[in-house]
Amino acid sequence: MRIELLPRRNVSLAARILAPLAALAVSFVIGGLILAAMGRSPASAFDVYVVQSLSDGWALQQLALKATPLAIIAVGLSFCFRANLWNIGAEGQYIVGALCGGWIALITHGSDAGAWVLPAMLLAGIVGGALWALVAAGLKVVFGVSEILTSLMLVYVAEYWLDYLVRGPWRDPKGFNFPQTVTFDPSATLPMLGGELTVHAGVVIAIVVVLVAAFILRFSLFGYRLRVTGEAPRAARFAGFSPVATTLAVFAISGGLAGLAGVIEVSGSIGQLKPSISPGYGFTAIIVAFLGRLDPIGILIASLAMALTILGGEAAQIALRVPFDFTRAFQGILLIAILVADSLVTYRLRISAGRRAAA
Amino acid sequence: MEDASSLTDGLPQSPASSLVSLERITKRFGDLLANDAVDLAIGPGEIHALLGENGAGKSTLVKILYGLIEPTEGEIRWKGDIVALDGPMAARALGIGMVFQHFSLFDNLSVIENVAVALSADITLDTIARRIRELADTFDLALDLDRPVWTLSAGERQRIEIVRCLLQDPDLLILDEPTSVLTPQEAEDLFGTLQRLAARGCAILYISHRLEEVRRHCHRATVLRAGRVVATLDPSTVSARHLAGLMVGAEIGDVKPAPAHAMGIERLVVTSLSLRSEEPHGIDLRDVALTVRGGEIVGIAGVAGNGQSELFAALSGERLCGDRAILLDGEPVGHCDITARRERGGAFVPEERLGHGSVPSHRLGENTLLSLHGTSGFVSGGLIHPGLARRWAARIVKTFDVRKEGADPRAETLSGGNLQKFVVGREILRDPAVLVVNQPTWGVDAGAATTLRQALIDLAAKGSAVVVISQDLDELFEIADRIAVIHAGELTAAEPTSRLSREAVGLAMAGAREHTGESGKVERGATHAH
Repeated sequence: MRIELLPRRNVSLAARILAPLAALAVSFVIGGLILAAMGRSPASAFDVYVVQSLSDGWALQQLALKATPLAIIAVGLSFCFRANLWNIGAEGQYIVGALCGGWIALITHGSDAGAWVLPAMLLAGIVGGALWALVAAGLKVVFGVSEILTSLMLVYVAEYWLDYLVRGPWRDPKGFNFPQTVTFDPSATLPMLGGELTVHAGVVIAIVVVLVAAFILRFSLFGYRLRVTGEAPRAARFAGFSPVATTLAVFAISGGLAGLAGVIEVSGSIGQLKPSISPGYGFTAIIVAFLGRLDPIGILIASLAMALTILGGEAAQIALRVPFDFTRAFQGILLIAILVADSLVTYRLRISAGRRAAA
Repeated sequence: MEDASSLTDGLPQSPASSLVSLERITKRFGDLLANDAVDLAIGPGEIHALLGENGAGKSTLVKILYGLIEPTEGEIRWKGDIVALDGPMAARALGIGMVFQHFSLFDNLSVIENVAVALSADITLDTIARRIRELADTFDLALDLDRPVWTLSAGERQRIEIVRCLLQDPDLLILDEPTSVLTPQEAEDLFGTLQRLAARGCAILYISHRLEEVRRHCHRATVLRAGRVVATLDPSTVSARHLAGLMVGAEIGDVKPAPAHAMGIERLVVTSLSLRSEEPHGIDLRDVALTVRGGEIVGIAGVAGNGQSELFAALSGERLCGDRAILLDGEPVGHCDITARRERGGAFVPEERLGHGSVPSHRLGENTLLSLHGTSGFVSGGLIHPGLARRWAARIVKTFDVRKEGADPRAETLSGGNLQKFVVGREILRDPAVLVVNQPTWGVDAGAATTLRQALIDLAAKGSAVVVISQDLDELFEIADRIAVIHAGELTAAEPTSRLSREAVGLAMAGAREHTGESGKVERGATHAH
């Protein structure tokens, strides 16, 4: 049997929009089959994962909170991916951002430092994440080291660094030896949006990031520069867009935003530093970026969809005793389904029986 | 047998004796009729030329024959049987090979890997290497198999495409403007190759704008105009001027020489420019010197891959060099990047119009920004004014008669000649102090080439300094005031065209020095031969 992918001559806009939805539907079917094989009812799983998460006001707010870091990181990654540069280590930049922001929270702990603490934390998170990403970018532009490898490996360095600090120098002395820092002061905590809402200001920051990024990518020379660099690198050189500057800029942006997401998460949702501060947001954001077609508005929608799987996964752990690994597997299935759907939109599949006769 | 629907001269047209025949092929794109009931038959061993202006429908027709486009109406017969070509794979399975004008090569793969990707998976690289060497010996197509494609010149890339097709043992080989990047000698070699192939029964469909070439080497020619066949004839029986007239439907004009004008100040001065190539197999520039005055066109002749792309990169600022090595209107600009040189009046047109001079998937409006974002008012405060860019693109299109479909089409949808008019026009319309253009009319038809050359002459006449890097000697002798030759990264002193012979330039292109020591070299060679 012979399977061929032939490029399609025309691809309709509808097909491009429907492809991610079809991928989502197929992933649900495959996920359901796996659950059935595990002896769980797919129907009740769907109820826990999707229906309950979307039908309850509290759950919807949780959804927004989970989507916040995903959207912020994925928007940053879209800058990289558009320029055909591969920052795979947003998870590490997220952790370093959280560390740098958290450090300010810790040194001001118990003091009566005022309103400058929170902005300083956010800024430190951005700078820390950006510098961490620039390590990989610098190795690429100076020595030509693949940024895919270095950015990924720096994730583990960041994880151990965090682990060391919260178990060692930064551990809360009154914390009964738990590996965690003190709880941040109110001045170092992102405010809630008021009223009965359980949503913190990070959600607003995420929306602002999405809108600003959408504007930059669509209307600025910098957005044009990324499109040219990604699609025709020699034309980018002809345009005078230095590849070195582009590489450094997109890594700084994606790292900075990942760091911002990290500091928002520890300051808004967790309230302290501990060994695990992310259910893999930095990696999930890669899926979000592609699911959202590297477009900030698309990424906002995609981040909500992925947040649903995380939230549903947590609920399913409790209600159905489905391990969180299933949620990770489901995210992987979803990514593959998206890539397949994308391929089938741009190519058509032709399966012919038997080998082609020798001409 | 006579076919009443086309003007034939009595040559056989019978489908029965043809290897391939296109019958009443019609292709409609929306309102545009790209091919209108085209008949074309090619016999085994025949070298058949397909002639026509840009937009006459040549590309559409060969894409139909290669299975890339489905015809709206009409039939294709292969060895007498009606066939449906639903893709290039189907065409290749029948025995149709095609060498494209825009190369379809993977830049990061080596020569041999690029050849291997088109072949069946069960052939080993060793077998491929052996077969390539056999072909290289038979047809004199030298290739360094392990070099990555991105380090190669256009001429070398084309050789890969040709070898790639020949390896598949085609019955019909389609070549789109194959000689446009070759020196006259290389072109003669190619025709040797083609004639040997034809002698073995392989049919060749040959698109070219070099009418003399077509007259000398092609058995028959089909001329298309506005999608219709206007003549099928034996090209050796008519003049090149007659062929050109058939193509455009009127007598073709010559390039008008510039009215007498005084040469102005030195606008581009290059001294002691030495630059190591960034690539392991690239050509280092060695002590290049060149002075171009306002009002003057200086031509740089040379065989592909002798440092032209490196020279273009150094002159344009895609690569930087010693600050005083390049003066633009008296100002040192060696340390300035390409945008800063544009701000000082420089304008540049690279050799590859698709992917270097333009982004293929971007619309013309966006492609206007590519070289103008720093010097035009299309960008302010880091924000683009897309409307202004589109309007400027429309002005380029209008001034240089760029033919296209739709209001603002993607660059890749334009034919080669029309995209070249856009890319050159984009720079000329800026009224640059200095224009450096690499291969201005590569793969462009006679009408467009005349337009482009005239535009360069007119620009110089207005006081700009123009540098034309070209492998087309006829072109340089037609438009250049002085000609220098680049060989192995060294540039000869530019001499007035009127005092140069083609032979002298040809010798310099081959690396021979007229005065110093060359006779000794020849003698040594002769001694060795005896």
